[in-house]
Amino acid sequence: MKISPDRALLLAVSLLSVVIVAFITVFIFAEGLPTFGFVSLWHFIAGKSWFPSSSPPSFGILPLIVGTILTAALGGLIAVPLGVAVAIYLSEFATGMERAFFKPFVEIIAALPSVILGFLGMSLIAPYLLDHFDIDTGLNLFNASILLGLMGIPIVASFSEDALSSISQDYRYASLALGASKWETMVKVVLPAASMGVMKSIMLAIGRLMGETMVVLMASGNAAIIPQSIFDPVKSMAATIASEMGETPVGSHHYHVLFAIGIILFLLTLVISIVAYAFTARRKI
Amino acid sequence: MHLAERKLRRERIARITLRSVLVLIMGVLVSIIFYLFVRGAHVLSWKFLTTYPSHDMAGGGIFPAIIGTFYLIALSMLFTFPIGVLSAIYLSEYARDNWVTNFIRIGINNLTGVPSIVFGLFGLSFFSVFLGFKPGLLTASLTLGILALPIMIVASEEAIKAVPQEFRLASLALGATQWQTIWKVVLPSAFHSILTATIIVVGRVAGETAPIIFTGAAFYTSHLPRSLFDQVMALPYYVYVLATSAPDIDATQPIEYGTVLVLMIIVLSINMVAVFLRCHFRRRYRW
Repeated sequence: MKISPDRALLLAVSLLSVVIVAFITVFIFAEGLPTFGFVSLWHFIAGKSWFPSSSPPSFGILPLIVGTILTAALGGLIAVPLGVAVAIYLSEFATGMERAFFKPFVEIIAALPSVILGFLGMSLIAPYLLDHFDIDTGLNLFNASILLGLMGIPIVASFSEDALSSISQDYRYASLALGASKWETMVKVVLPAASMGVMKSIMLAIGRLMGETMVVLMASGNAAIIPQSIFDPVKSMAATIASEMGETPVGSHHYHVLFAIGIILFLLTLVISIVAYAFTARRKI
Repeated sequence: MHLAERKLRRERIARITLRSVLVLIMGVLVSIIFYLFVRGAHVLSWKFLTTYPSHDMAGGGIFPAIIGTFYLIALSMLFTFPIGVLSAIYLSEYARDNWVTNFIRIGINNLTGVPSIVFGLFGLSFFSVFLGFKPGLLTASLTLGILALPIMIVASEEAIKAVPQEFRLASLALGATQWQTIWKVVLPSAFHSILTATIIVVGRVAGETAPIIFTGAAFYTSHLPRSLFDQVMALPYYVYVLATSAPDIDATQPIEYGTVLVLMIIVLSINMVAVFLRCHFRRRYRW
């Protein structure tokens, strides 16, 4: 088979995406793996103290892993019910006018720069929390989770809406014809049929929230401790990289460790997105 | 008809609950925007937009950060737009259902999921450390461009796929080659959707902070970048630094609210233009 020049050119350009993914992987690993020459993998992942600049330094990232997972999970706890509710309303109940009115609002939440949300955490939510609760700092797990929850809503909503609208209209007609109400149809027919797609939207949102940097960096208080309460400050992996890489000399131990954190974050989000896509890989209606 | 009544009531409750969730979310969003307007509006002035920061960032304006953000957008789109659209053409017009295509799609999917800070790490290690570029306008733009690439590809592919098959068949039947068909028929028909997609990607790039923190953004420069390797100020990064490490947080607060408002206005207007164009074109092109 002869390959025309235009096909060859376009194929080459398209392969660039694959090359970039390969390069990202290679470079993150090349800069991160030297870490395990001076810290064992076990001490790195399970170590409870993160003191990168004391001497001798201590590079245990367990508090950072816990901080990442907790902020994302609590954010998801807010985003999932609200996002799914938005998706259900927009796909099953809203009139055309309502859709045209509400949808741009949801899209605008997704468009808000995360640094602005982080700033809201510092200037609005933190003082409010200080005034109304008996706590030491307004920048904490709770603050960051609220903002992540807001960020997660459009992600859950848009992927769940795709899942709901991919369910054949025949299912709905069959259920309605049997005398079920729209709500019963939704709960007993459409949602179960779309459950895998909804699960995928939840996983994708959690993955995004784990990788989110600015909100957590600005609103979570950045204390590398394992929190005892929801009002304790935490520090996430992404926020650690963002806040510490600037002052770290290239090639130092701390530099390699920050890349190693990048590896963990990269692998964690990769696994989550693979799981997310696996939910919808086989079932097609 | 006891049962039917109960059913109707349950349905009404469900409908009202779901709608109040939407109204609640809308209310939160509107109050956020309103709050930022009220706190920042009195800072906005022609002088604020056109002068350099002064008095340890407590006075003057944010001119270099605004222009820097536009430089970053322009340069990153110079990379992302052609590569994104060409990849989308390949995927929608040329790609067969084989392992190469799967490979490319997996690559794009993976790229979408990579956290933005990891793009920053890549930009630092590849462009600055490995290639030896000084962190500055070029490295920051390329890092942003790579982050935006998968979004650009996916959105353009959707735009191109929306062009009806009949258009292609008619062109091919007239004896046009595949390349002529794409260039003269498919792309012009998809142009409006690709434009909308590009605007949305620009809005995303304008607000990104994490990837540029250590690939070229500067807290303060006394002049606009004169070369590709000069450091550049950017609105989102300026918001971050003012909030977390300004010399005197209280003194810089008005400037901070002003900067947040300018960034928000830029990003929101970009997105509103996109929404408007989409509605406009949807009415005009109905095939």
